[in-house]
Amino acid sequence: MITLQWLYALAGTMFAAFAILSALDRTNAKRLGNAAFWGLLSFSFFAGDRLGDLGNGILVLGLVGLAGFGALGRGDPPTTSQADRIASSEHRGNRLFLPALIVPATALLGTLFLKESGWVDPKQVTLISLGLGVFLALAVCYAWLRPPLLAPLQEGRRLMDSVGWAAVLPQMLAALGAVFALAGVGEVVGGLAGRVIPDGNLLAAVAAYALGMALFTMIMGNAFAAFPVMTAAIGLPILIRGFGGDPAVVCAIGMLAGFCGTLMTPMAANFNIVPAALLELKDRNGVIKVQVGTALPLLVANLFLIYFLAF
Amino acid sequence: MTDLLVLSGILIVVVGFLLRLNPLLVVTVAALVTGLAAGLDVVAVVSAFGKAFNENRYVSVVWILLPVIGLLERYGLQQRARTIIGTMKRATTGRLLILYLLLRQITAALGLTSIAGHPQTVRPLVAPMAEAAAELQSDELDDDMRDEVKAYAAATDNVGLFFGEDIFLAIASILLIKGFLEQNGIVLEPLELSIWAIPTAIIAFLIHATRLLLLDRKLGRARRL
Repeated sequence: MITLQWLYALAGTMFAAFAILSALDRTNAKRLGNAAFWGLLSFSFFAGDRLGDLGNGILVLGLVGLAGFGALGRGDPPTTSQADRIASSEHRGNRLFLPALIVPATALLGTLFLKESGWVDPKQVTLISLGLGVFLALAVCYAWLRPPLLAPLQEGRRLMDSVGWAAVLPQMLAALGAVFALAGVGEVVGGLAGRVIPDGNLLAAVAAYALGMALFTMIMGNAFAAFPVMTAAIGLPILIRGFGGDPAVVCAIGMLAGFCGTLMTPMAANFNIVPAALLELKDRNGVIKVQVGTALPLLVANLFLIYFLAF
Repeated sequence: MTDLLVLSGILIVVVGFLLRLNPLLVVTVAALVTGLAAGLDVVAVVSAFGKAFNENRYVSVVWILLPVIGLLERYGLQQRARTIIGTMKRATTGRLLILYLLLRQITAALGLTSIAGHPQTVRPLVAPMAEAAAELQSDELDDDMRDEVKAYAAATDNVGLFFGEDIFLAIASILLIKGFLEQNGIVLEPLELSIWAIPTAIIAFLIHATRLLLLDRKLGRARRL
């Protein structure tokens, strides 16, 4: 059966190749820094389960040290010129979209049809299908476009270097969330939030819950971390038990109030910071700035949806 | 007072992000300070941090898409995405992104959250298409406006995903709510929860689509000036 471990081995192999190609890339003055960073990440994918918790912690400190003190540069692997690309795009036409659609199509079909097959771990079927899609798309590209052997890895490295250290930020923030949970940050915040509500005022209580969900989500970068804390502090004792609100409405829309917070925080790095890097925006917070105008009115809307639908 | 000390990590994160220090460094310092404030020793904090990092590797697996995306860019995928937009006379940035928003919400509501995303669809297809449409709308697209259009492409993916996925029964957040309520003696079926995601999904579409139409007006205005 194909499990997540196979996918980790694939990712580990890719990052190992990025490390080696980085080390050989004389166009990058900081090539050894890049090689060390991608090399450590590769090691994490291959050996993470055998390193022990402290070993993994030290590995993370290594990644942070390299990134935090500017050891990463940006490689400039050989690629095609703008003119080549326009010519190729004219020549090959809309068929160029087909390999790009193989990956999402495989993810879709795999999710629908592989779950019960027994060939793949049913809990990870979409991610594994995504990995299969990558292989299929690469096979089609090799057969059709006949690129140089290392081209996919070099082009992948070009994109990876443009993302740089932000590539591991989502994983780091998930780890920070675990430390926050261990230290009991949630209970303290929930306790504070529960104390600020005036007695007997339903609208104020609903507002405290919805805004608290959004704010604590912004701090944690993740509505999943905020939900149990805020619901235990305000949602359950005050809105549901106190005012008799419908638990399904309070909780479902409360979670969505938290999602509004996700749109407004750099802590939700994979949604907000990584795409800014991937799209090469000048402003790291460019995506967040655009999202605030949607998130704030939607947050207010959620607040009133709870107020009117739950009571 | 010792209670409030564990919040010092939050303060470090906020200040660190405001000062635009390297986020990896900020996050690590925040984790260390929070753990120490809670009475853990350094080894315990570093271990907890490393354990969680290792358990969350699946978050970074998505980078295996980059070789495919990069290879197709080498052969002109982004240029092709632009050309297609050029042939659609009525395409605008706003209309294009509204269509993508709708598709993303519907597929997410069916549980198909990973078939699109920033590496999968935004960088190779949606962003170049939105940019090409913007170029047609305004004669001189300056760099700031170009970045704003690309940021809107990414934002549209996020809004579509967040406010579509909760309509699906088996998504993690719905299961989390169900589990939390069960622990507190309230038993609900996932369907009873997920139908309440629909009003917000509709409002999210209306708000974001309105903003995309306003973006069109802003781009169109640039042409008239």
